Amino acid sequence: MTTTTIRAASPALATAPPPVRRPGARHRNRRLVTLLFLGPAVLYLLLFYGYPVVQNVVMGFQHYTISTFFTGEAPWAGLDNYREVVGSPLFRTALLNTALFTVGSIAGQFVLGLAVAVFFRRRFPLSGFLRSLILLPWLIPLIAASAVWKWILDTESGVLNRVLVGAGLVDTGVPWLSSTSLALVTVIAVNVWIGIPFNAVILHGGLQGIPDELYEAGALDGATRWRAFRHITWPMLRPVVTVVLVLGVVYTLKVLDIILGLTGGGPANATQTLATQSYQLSFATFDFGQGAAVSNILIVISLIFAAVYLRLNRRAVDE
Amino acid sequence: MQHRCASTTGGAPGRAPARPGRPVSRRAVTAAGLLAPLAALLAGCGADQGSTSPRTLRVLDTYTNDPDRTVIGGALDAAAKKVGVTLERVSVAGDSLIQRVLQQGSSGTLPDILMLDNPDLQQIAATTALRPFDEVGVPTDGYTEGVTSAGTYDGRVYGLAPTVNTIALFYDVRALDEAGVAPPTTWSELREAAGALTRGSRYGLAFCGNATYEGTWQYLPFFWSNGADERDIATPEAAAGLDLLAGTVADGHASTSVLNWSQADVKDQFVAGRAAMMVNGPWQIPELESVEGLEYAVVTLPVRDPAGQRPVAPLGGEVWTVPATGDRSKERLAGRVLAEFLSDESLVSMAAKRSTVPGRPALIEPFLERRPEMAAFADLVRGARARTAELGAEWPATATALYTAVQLAVSGQATAQDALAEAQEYV
Repeated sequence: MTTTTIRAASPALATAPPPVRRPGARHRNRRLVTLLFLGPAVLYLLLFYGYPVVQNVVMGFQHYTISTFFTGEAPWAGLDNYREVVGSPLFRTALLNTALFTVGSIAGQFVLGLAVAVFFRRRFPLSGFLRSLILLPWLIPLIAASAVWKWILDTESGVLNRVLVGAGLVDTGVPWLSSTSLALVTVIAVNVWIGIPFNAVILHGGLQGIPDELYEAGALDGATRWRAFRHITWPMLRPVVTVVLVLGVVYTLKVLDIILGLTGGGPANATQTLATQSYQLSFATFDFGQGAAVSNILIVISLIFAAVYLRLNRRAVDE
Repeated sequence: MQHRCASTTGGAPGRAPARPGRPVSRRAVTAAGLLAPLAALLAGCGADQGSTSPRTLRVLDTYTNDPDRTVIGGALDAAAKKVGVTLERVSVAGDSLIQRVLQQGSSGTLPDILMLDNPDLQQIAATTALRPFDEVGVPTDGYTEGVTSAGTYDGRVYGLAPTVNTIALFYDVRALDEAGVAPPTTWSELREAAGALTRGSRYGLAFCGNATYEGTWQYLPFFWSNGADERDIATPEAAAGLDLLAGTVADGHASTSVLNWSQADVKDQFVAGRAAMMVNGPWQIPELESVEGLEYAVVTLPVRDPAGQRPVAPLGGEVWTVPATGDRSKERLAGRVLAEFLSDESLVSMAAKRSTVPGRPALIEPFLERRPEMAAFADLVRGARARTAELGAEWPATATALYTAVQLAVSGQATAQDALAEAQEYV
């Protein structure tokens, strides 16, 4: 980059005699240019990432309500919002649900995604076509997907229960979304369905990067099938696995649309997570201060996972 | 607007050749060219909005579907014509209205005439975003107590509902005849009827008990009729009403899916013949009418003890307001348009076409001449109670607690009394 700039500049300097040689002037100019080129990117980051985050952090310490939008007044609240949300009986439920939802979704998505990825490593007729079908859940708008799932899972008229009752597996319809003990499991299952494509695609990409020679060499030493997976595939795939898991956690923590579409956090808060709680505080009760407080807690949890990811990544590079 | 942004910055690259011999400067200029549109954008290229002519008023409402969209539009246009102004009307989805109003409030682009759902009015009025009707010349007398209290904040009227609605009990006439059941008038009759009507894939009763304000709204008639009060929700009176709803579900006479159903879902269940009775409002009537072979009738919701209690219905309906835009002449024009919009003739016609009841009791008689089948709703609306009458801007917290209690009790997580006590903590 630096060398090309100098080279591009020199012919011009050779033909036109330089007016007055000011030492450092060119250097200063180049710095200016660098800054100007950086400008748009930095401005973009500050405007669309920095500002919202800072604003959200500040909002968490303010009594930010409907009035604020009209009067511009948001009195300082100190830790009131945090005290209020953490002290509410809902917070512990939401925190636990968030943990269960995230762990359950990630485990399901990853295991099934990996199975799909390994399966499609082999080439067989129609494998390309089938592989693209796996992407389907990814292509459907989440709101549409959750509306359809809500139909499928309806206790009385849903197709799933009709099939189960028809096959004699259950006597009456299973209350997938209206039972407090089942709703969270059901919502996790739907989220797993949505997450499989992401996991499968990234892991499939990782698998493609493992040279065939390794398997050939392994096969000579007797490592096939399960042993090949354990001793060749898994270690080679490790860096990709970390990426998938950490990104998966960050994506899953903030899942909102699927839960809102399927249960709205109910029944009786059985599927209430920090994300839905934050949404409801901000956009149903219009207590933006408390909503921001909950989402800040969520951001901190995400950041911890991001830090873990960066650390693991650095160690991998060091090795 | 885009064009103006581009043309102001277009000059910058043009100056480049003026400084020969400094090749780097061309880069600097390019970079400046890249930066300039952003800077121009920040400088407020999009700032000039709403600068319409002095005789054009901007209207915001949530009537996106017919018949409401055209009926309200027609009434607004007729009123505007009398005043001699034109209207620029925007209709947004109901659940995004408040967010839109907040955006407009913070950017100083509020419309001249604004529709709000009645329980939201006091919260918005509390922010100083609205103008009281006495200052903009809208007559405020003759409305039911419910309509007036919903539209009043701090002793002054900020909004009025031309037509209102509430909920009642719809039933499938043939199903009741077959089972030999009379339309229930008491809670015990309701539970018995629900049991007698439950058959095969059909439940006796459907209602909305979901985790939104709709769930609260459907619990309120049972809550209020039995003498409960929203200032203290954990009382035996409130628990008895909740126990009625939770009991029908526990008995298997209403589906557990009521926990997820919206009122529209409840209507779908009723239409599909999967519920013999449902709790719902008159806005479903146009769709029920269009279902072939469906024979339904409407009665007021049962009360626990008809000898000593009368049904108390929650007041539903949208209020019209004049936002404080700072343009005094337009605010007065908006007031004049609303005064015409709320005139007798306009009210009766809107009510008849939209299956809602006029907000002024004096107009109920001429209305019933046109829509005699709305008698049950008309009776209820006279004494309907506004959700924000007592708690005002504090209502949302209690509304949240009430639907939480409904969810806890109907799902069987807690008894009605415990559910209300637990939900009380959310207030």
